[in-house]
Amino acid sequence: MSFLFKMGKAKLGGALLAAALSTTAFHGAFAADDTIKIGVLHSLSGTMAISETTLKDAMLMLVEEQNKKGGVLGKKLEAVVVDPASDWPLFAEKARQLISQDKVAAVFGCWTSSSRKSVLPVFEELNSILFYPVQYEGEESSRNIFYTGAAPNQQAIPAVDYLASTEGVERWVLAGTDYVYPQTTNKILKAYLMSKGVKEEDIMVNYTPFGHSDWQTIVSDIKKFGSAGKKTAVVSTINGDANVPFYKELGNQGIKAEDIPVVAFSVGEEELAGLDTAPLVGHLAAWNYFQSVDAPVNAEFIKTWHAFTKNDKRVTNDPMEAAYIGFNAWVKAVEAAGTTETDAVLDSIIGVSVPNLSGGTSTVMPNHHITKPVLIGEIQADGQFEVVQETAAVVGDEWSDYLPDSKDLISDWRKPMECGNFNVATGKCGGKGS
Amino acid sequence: MIMRYFFQTIFIWMTLVVSTQAFAQGSDPKPLFDQLADANFNHAETLVGQIAATGDPRVVPALNAFAEGDLYFRKSDKAVFSAKSAGSQLELIDPVTGTSAGQVAKGAVTKIKVNNNLRRAIRAALGGLTLMSPDRGARLSAADAILRSPSAEALELVEAALAKETDAEVKARMEEARAVSLLSSDRSIDEKRAAIETISGLGAAGLGVLNSVAVTIDPGLKPDLDKAIASIENEQQLWNLAQNVWYGMSLGSVLLLAAIGLAITFGVMGIINMAHGEMVMLGAYSTFMVQEVIRTHAPGLFDWSLAIALPVAFLITGLVGFVIERGVIRFLYGRPLETLLATWGVSLILQQAIRTIFGPTNQEVGNPSWMSGSFPLGGMTITYNRMWIIVFSLTIFFSLLFVMKKTAYGLNMRAVTQNRRMASSMGIRTPWVDALTFALGSGIAGIAGVALSQIDNVSPNLGQSYIIDSFMVVVFGGVGNLWGTLVGALSLGILNKFLEPSVGAVLGKILVLVLIILFIQKRPRGLFALKGRAVEA
Repeated sequence: MSFLFKMGKAKLGGALLAAALSTTAFHGAFAADDTIKIGVLHSLSGTMAISETTLKDAMLMLVEEQNKKGGVLGKKLEAVVVDPASDWPLFAEKARQLISQDKVAAVFGCWTSSSRKSVLPVFEELNSILFYPVQYEGEESSRNIFYTGAAPNQQAIPAVDYLASTEGVERWVLAGTDYVYPQTTNKILKAYLMSKGVKEEDIMVNYTPFGHSDWQTIVSDIKKFGSAGKKTAVVSTINGDANVPFYKELGNQGIKAEDIPVVAFSVGEEELAGLDTAPLVGHLAAWNYFQSVDAPVNAEFIKTWHAFTKNDKRVTNDPMEAAYIGFNAWVKAVEAAGTTETDAVLDSIIGVSVPNLSGGTSTVMPNHHITKPVLIGEIQADGQFEVVQETAAVVGDEWSDYLPDSKDLISDWRKPMECGNFNVATGKCGGKGS
Repeated sequence: MIMRYFFQTIFIWMTLVVSTQAFAQGSDPKPLFDQLADANFNHAETLVGQIAATGDPRVVPALNAFAEGDLYFRKSDKAVFSAKSAGSQLELIDPVTGTSAGQVAKGAVTKIKVNNNLRRAIRAALGGLTLMSPDRGARLSAADAILRSPSAEALELVEAALAKETDAEVKARMEEARAVSLLSSDRSIDEKRAAIETISGLGAAGLGVLNSVAVTIDPGLKPDLDKAIASIENEQQLWNLAQNVWYGMSLGSVLLLAAIGLAITFGVMGIINMAHGEMVMLGAYSTFMVQEVIRTHAPGLFDWSLAIALPVAFLITGLVGFVIERGVIRFLYGRPLETLLATWGVSLILQQAIRTIFGPTNQEVGNPSWMSGSFPLGGMTITYNRMWIIVFSLTIFFSLLFVMKKTAYGLNMRAVTQNRRMASSMGIRTPWVDALTFALGSGIAGIAGVALSQIDNVSPNLGQSYIIDSFMVVVFGGVGNLWGTLVGALSLGILNKFLEPSVGAVLGKILVLVLIILFIQKRPRGLFALKGRAVEA
């Protein structure tokens, strides 16, 4: 019997390969000359499908809406959708296929930082453009990538400031999933908190594996950490699926937001859809957009989204807004340049301002990040967020000022500097990162 | 934080103490409510204090509604009402008199926002207002509210209530509330010493209170305080041990649930069933569908939804298992590698099918009321859902054991798996036994899914996160032995939970895997190895 099992293991690799080959990629029809093609590079199968499928739908909606308005440069847009199947190396392969074979003008895609790091060299080598719509840990600036999600200073740091000033929090639990985004964000946050006079013993850092589902020990640790007589809060960079069991355990162990609030950076409307949020009322999230934002442009967007998906229960979320901003900025830059040619668009897009969904405008900055307001929201019983604080627009800071490796670095892709990691201390281009 | 409420709330308590039956004596609360329409969070906090200071017990429902986010103001005249949903409209209720003020469209009113600070202020205000409520439960939760946010101002109020209290349990709780409030007041050292004594009996909850006054306390009391903190911490350490064992059993029962179906299909039948996790997932989705039907047609039955989902999930997954066995696996007996590939293919098909039908996002499976919340047991907290899952997994295990050992069908099944040709020549219809056994294993995976839907995501990926753990448990426990699966699951769970606090969840999991690899090197057949001829078959 155990022989049988060993054989099974030996062939598992073969089976994995077979499955990878079987995952399908589907293409749009061959385009005529009067269309402009754009690539949509989001996982439609595998673990990330839960988040990325929505963005694929959002992109298709944006393309359809643009075509109703007459397309771009008098040509219709055509979306080429591929499925990188939550497999990081496959992202690079699919990106290469989109650029070299399908000849797309720009690509909208990726979710995890691992997938972005995987495609980055491809975009630089083939000189194409990627719009990346998800909040991330910063510490990167590429000539060919636009980061329309939040950098840490547009999400994590304002959230911590809110808790410290409004709720009087003095003791911090930094809980995250064990991978690059939480690790880097927590490093930045820890340095930031300590620069504000928080003592080392008042910070607890905790990492858990992907998909962690047994939170009993950690939640009771948090409870214990919170019984030291100082106001305590949890800053959560827990990713995706692990959030549902985490919040369930919090609710069951009776940790209320009034006692120990949890502020999350990866929990949006979409993640709450699988949860009974009644015990979670008052826990917080920091984003640049919430579906509940009261602005005419947002109401219009939600209406279009419901009509497009033919489902008025589908929620909207922050990465969708980032995709919306990225897409519109690209359209505007292409129209200003009069061509979809990469170098021309890269020149014309810097400084472009487009409306965001919270009623203001977002501008593409020379460091390829954008300006956006930071919104702090509290979870409501209906699974939506209620904004309790909104800041003015903040410029995305690619190189954190709180990490010793990156505090001297800046990025400016305008001529004559054209550098993603200019060291202001040495006056030279080049340093850590890409 | 406590100081911030001091000035605004001191009036509340003063007025309340003076007004004997806490009845309308101060100003009318109605204009105060109406001011909430334009107030920012800070101003609203002050207003809540003033509303409570009127001492009018009629404001309690409206303050509750405010904390729940059900307070609105009418756009036309900025009058404030609490509201409840009435179809597509909202029914407005006067915040003071509690009478209906008619129905309006949702667009005609604006919700008054509430944040954590406001909720805390409301909770404290309600605690003061309901301490003398005729309702026993309200008094109990009022005492709890003061326990959770202790303040010196509440002291006299608690003492007044305490003098009138007759119910023993409420009285005990109020004594505790009195002790925590007394600690931050300016009472005499002796009284405080007695308070510390009371608080040291509160366990973990008392620790926070004691720690919060550690810096400001009278130096004469410092030794008492330190002693009380140390005694609580000592006691906690013992409870920690018990808690780790409990958490370990809880994790073990989840592993057992996930593995028990596999113990049949892989352990007994020898099929490497990669689609096992998807059976668990189908069980969870069956629960979701049952709950959806109940929500739309018979909301009153919601607490029974899991009981109804159990047979439904068993039948659905059992049927799917039966079809898989008849359609795929029976052609592949004796060819383990092809079985592995085929069942893995089936698992991908099932995943994608569910993704296409229900979408890739999580589905909401609610916890019935008897599976929500927790109760304290000494120094540890036991959550109901975990407790029921332990009970449930053991029940399944022993029922399965009964079926295998004590029924004719179980005998047939064991006969076929031990010596197929002999069993066949004795007149057992081996193909049917195979199919039914596989269906049974799948069905059990399905009812495991019902239980797991209570603690995990219900998404198409649900099964994948359990498949590795399931194989790990079955191989570790000893293939072909149900008891091995039980012991394997529980010992892996407990080992994991004892490693986790010291090395962290990530390293803990790695260490468990390393230990299993070493163990399998030493004992390739697992904890409870099968002996005899079946091994050679």
